[in-house]
Amino acid sequence: MLPKLFFGLLITIAAILVVMLALAIIVGLLAPFLGSVPISYNFRSIRARWTSTIVAILGIAGTVGVFVAMLSLARGFRATLVSSGSPGNALVMRAGSTAEMMGGITLDSIKVLQDAPGIARDASGRPILTQDVVGVIPVPLISTGTDANVQVRGVSPNVLQVRTFAKIAQGRMFQPGLSELVVGKNASKTYTGLTLGNTVDFAGGHWKVVGIFDAGGSAFDSEIWCDSTILNQVLHRPAYIFQSATIHLTSPGTFQTFKDAVTKDPRMNVDVWREIDYYAKQSTTMTRLITVLGGFVAAIMAIGAIFGALNTMYSAVAERGREIATMRAVGFSAWNVILSFLFEALLISFIGGVLGCLVVLPLNGFTTNTMNFQTFSNVAFAFKITLDLLLMGVLFALVMGVIGGLLPAVRAAIQPVSVALREL
Amino acid sequence: MKFGRLIWANLFRKKVRLLLTLGSFAVALFLFAFLAVVRDAFNRGADVAGADRLIVINRTSIINLIPLSYRDKITRIPGVKYITHSNWFGGTYQEEKNFFPQFVIDPENQRQVFPELIVPDDQWNAFLKDRQGAIAGAQTAERFHWKIGDRIPIKTSSWGGGSWEFNLVGIYHGKRPQDDETQFWLQWDYFQEKVPQSVKGQVGWYVLKVENPDDAARIAKDIDQEFANSSNETKTETESAWAANWVKQFANIQFLIVSIGTVVFFTLLLVTGNTMAISVRERTAELAVFKAIGYSDRFVLFFVIAESLVIALIGGSLGLILAVLAVPMLAKSLGGLLPSMVLSPSMLFFGFATAILVGILSGLLPGLGAMRLRVVNAMRRV
Amino acid sequence: MVKVDGSGAQSSLIQVRDLDKTYRRGGEDIDVLQGLNLDVSPGEFAAFMGPSGSGKTTLLNLLGGLDVPTRGSITVAGDEITHMSSGKLTEWRARHVGFVFQMYNLIPVLTAYQNVELPLLLTKLSKAERRAHVETVLSVVGLADRMNHFPRQLSGGQEQRVAIARAIVSDPTFLLCDEPTGDLDRKSADEVMALLEELVAAHHKTVLMVTHDPLAAARAHSILHLEKGVLVEGKKSPHGVPAGGAA
Repeated sequence: MLPKLFFGLLITIAAILVVMLALAIIVGLLAPFLGSVPISYNFRSIRARWTSTIVAILGIAGTVGVFVAMLSLARGFRATLVSSGSPGNALVMRAGSTAEMMGGITLDSIKVLQDAPGIARDASGRPILTQDVVGVIPVPLISTGTDANVQVRGVSPNVLQVRTFAKIAQGRMFQPGLSELVVGKNASKTYTGLTLGNTVDFAGGHWKVVGIFDAGGSAFDSEIWCDSTILNQVLHRPAYIFQSATIHLTSPGTFQTFKDAVTKDPRMNVDVWREIDYYAKQSTTMTRLITVLGGFVAAIMAIGAIFGALNTMYSAVAERGREIATMRAVGFSAWNVILSFLFEALLISFIGGVLGCLVVLPLNGFTTNTMNFQTFSNVAFAFKITLDLLLMGVLFALVMGVIGGLLPAVRAAIQPVSVALREL
Repeated sequence: MKFGRLIWANLFRKKVRLLLTLGSFAVALFLFAFLAVVRDAFNRGADVAGADRLIVINRTSIINLIPLSYRDKITRIPGVKYITHSNWFGGTYQEEKNFFPQFVIDPENQRQVFPELIVPDDQWNAFLKDRQGAIAGAQTAERFHWKIGDRIPIKTSSWGGGSWEFNLVGIYHGKRPQDDETQFWLQWDYFQEKVPQSVKGQVGWYVLKVENPDDAARIAKDIDQEFANSSNETKTETESAWAANWVKQFANIQFLIVSIGTVVFFTLLLVTGNTMAISVRERTAELAVFKAIGYSDRFVLFFVIAESLVIALIGGSLGLILAVLAVPMLAKSLGGLLPSMVLSPSMLFFGFATAILVGILSGLLPGLGAMRLRVVNAMRRV
Repeated sequence: MVKVDGSGAQSSLIQVRDLDKTYRRGGEDIDVLQGLNLDVSPGEFAAFMGPSGSGKTTLLNLLGGLDVPTRGSITVAGDEITHMSSGKLTEWRARHVGFVFQMYNLIPVLTAYQNVELPLLLTKLSKAERRAHVETVLSVVGLADRMNHFPRQLSGGQEQRVAIARAIVSDPTFLLCDEPTGDLDRKSADEVMALLEELVAAHHKTVLMVTHDPLAAARAHSILHLEKGVLVEGKKSPHGVPAGGAA
């Protein structure tokens, strides 16, 4: 009862603060219309104290930049994995497997899957399904020259019918039975030697890269695909065991029917996932890591930026004591003084926010890679800066500006004029 | 020191400004320390790795196994002192997010190769006597509040599946703060008993200790040569090389951290420098009085720098103290994601040095201005 | 005795000969002091008056070693200060000059005691010795009971008296006061002037003062006018108010 009351109170206070902040921002931005102090005064005073102003702007720009960069890193990683797969595909693995690589599903089980309800069939009535052999092989990173564990996926020849989001962008699909590879577009950019026409050595074999595929920026773009039978041979694995099977459903709606039929079958001991759900799950660890670390960094920097902004605005008030006193002696009310200062603080922080966003914008689409702990393989992903992220950045800047500008402004305004004038 | 009181008194001239500047320093140094800890955590393997240990894995793929029969051949290579083997178990304790690394180890040789992971003798003996015995690292044991004698169930879908039960008979501690205390060790014999035939007799990797680190490169080559052209070729590297390569897979994260750190440094410099400049500007008349009384120009310069330095040291220390307190909390919120996050004395020292540097630099320009201030100009009547 | 025609004896405490000071302002040369002469004997209390911009403060600054003349010489207690390096000048100033300014005399974050102690921190005196000196001068100016007060807790007149205490604490050769009563009300101004008079009369200090205030000037032994770059002796009427008015 007491904790609930306490939390309720906390949330109420937080809500009030948020509303006040929002109000302050709106009012501050509208100051030129609401207040009687002309904007030209603000512009001139900014120009007169341009060093302090630039300091505040850079402080805020730096913070916003880091904020947007970190969030876009986490977003990019998540987007890659979350966008992997299709809701119209079902992924089947051995029961209890936490990752594809741990799975083991036999050819017999695959045969059962092929007859399950809900599975789509092609023009000749064949079930659209791919049985995958999944492993990691060491390939040097272009950036460092040291090995990364790259996910190699042995697939069925009709894999493109299952994973319809993937298309051959250059070259052609591999021929079944041959040592040929198609590589994801990110894999080609990140790992050495995976260019069209090149021959790659791994697992004791020579493989020719015959095509580059585009899987829409998903995790698959960091993979290398080849014939599953060949891969099993080369990795010395039993020919009848696969790590997973991915089924193309007749429609996303038939997922449940398929799943029920398969899991209730006494011959089968499997887990069935929607393909997108499985990949979303595989991103949780790394996304959490990046978000926690990044969020922490951004939060600390924000506090620092607020201190910096406060410092600047307090100094502004201190240095302009005479001006403020004169303004008030002339007849501008305290309210007008506050508005004027608030506007100035918001203007400065707005400029800082926009600057911060502009500076990190070139990072958008910049690919980087990291090891995904959960799948033990390297994943390439791109910074993903979206409009809403930029808006968040600017809003963040405005909040810092309000916090930094409100207190000094109020202090300047409520000081009795006589006191202010006496200090001249 | 006579002028200490003066410097101190000057700090409190504008309390709000003092608090804000201290706050800026505290925040910046806190961030510094945090970034250093994260960078170190990612680099962890590379630091603790021994130059006298080698790791042997399957050349084709790190997840492929190597025959146990290779052990004898490796032992015969001159310069190899001790050898042990290990397998990745990879099970789940209760739920997936409770992840911690589990290894099948070779009890006979484990301690010789990893002497820095310390187990009390009585616990080790209990371990040897019980096939289902397991030893956990102190950090993992603490995380789940395990005690010696607990029964630990671990689910796996590999190795024939099922829920494997272990008796926690020991807890190991790392000799140094950076040693990994998250591992969970189970025994080879029990593992062999339970796994299907296809997996029996195969290890994940070998770790060996060599007599002379200078020999390491030669021994690595010899080992790989021995098994070249076999159905399971090997790849042998020193532990430090292996760890360094591991870290390079996160290369961009390091770059990111360094970039942020640089941004923070310059922003801090900017903010504090500006504050000092404003503070000095406000006091030109007073500084002129000092000079009139007979204080030298150089005194005024050092005076301003000293002020800046004092703020830097106080604020910086505050930030570093906060970091020392906060890092354990952060480590906990990340669960087992990163190995132990440690704020080492050298990081603190580096942070301190940075604070001092910023303190001096931010006071330098205003100080020089104050030094060159001419009394006659400053005292000019309003 | 004060002389302005360059005829003073070699034994003068302060001897100024042919002092020129030219400023360059806005591309033009402004000759503020032109061939100024001055002799001041020990124990003198002289007031300098003149219109704004006449160079009174410039003269004071030159006498105090805060500025260097374009030409001429200034000798104080046998030391020729015009060619001293700025480092030596600073040392000289610490030992020989006590300044009292119109405003911003005291460091606001220090107590009266600490303010007065400031010049002594430059010396090698021990803490106890410093304490003795500070307490002594604070009694002389009549503010011993307020030694732990901050400037903001003192009236304007009291602040200036503390400033005077600071100016004399290291027993300088002479005091230079620039408009010491300029910022004060009548009552406080009287307090300050009475103190200066006492310092000269009872403690044999030498005081040179720049002022606009005729009542303050009246307290001095001699009044000098700065006209056309040189000093001219002023007239003193029997009522103590300088004839011909001032400033």
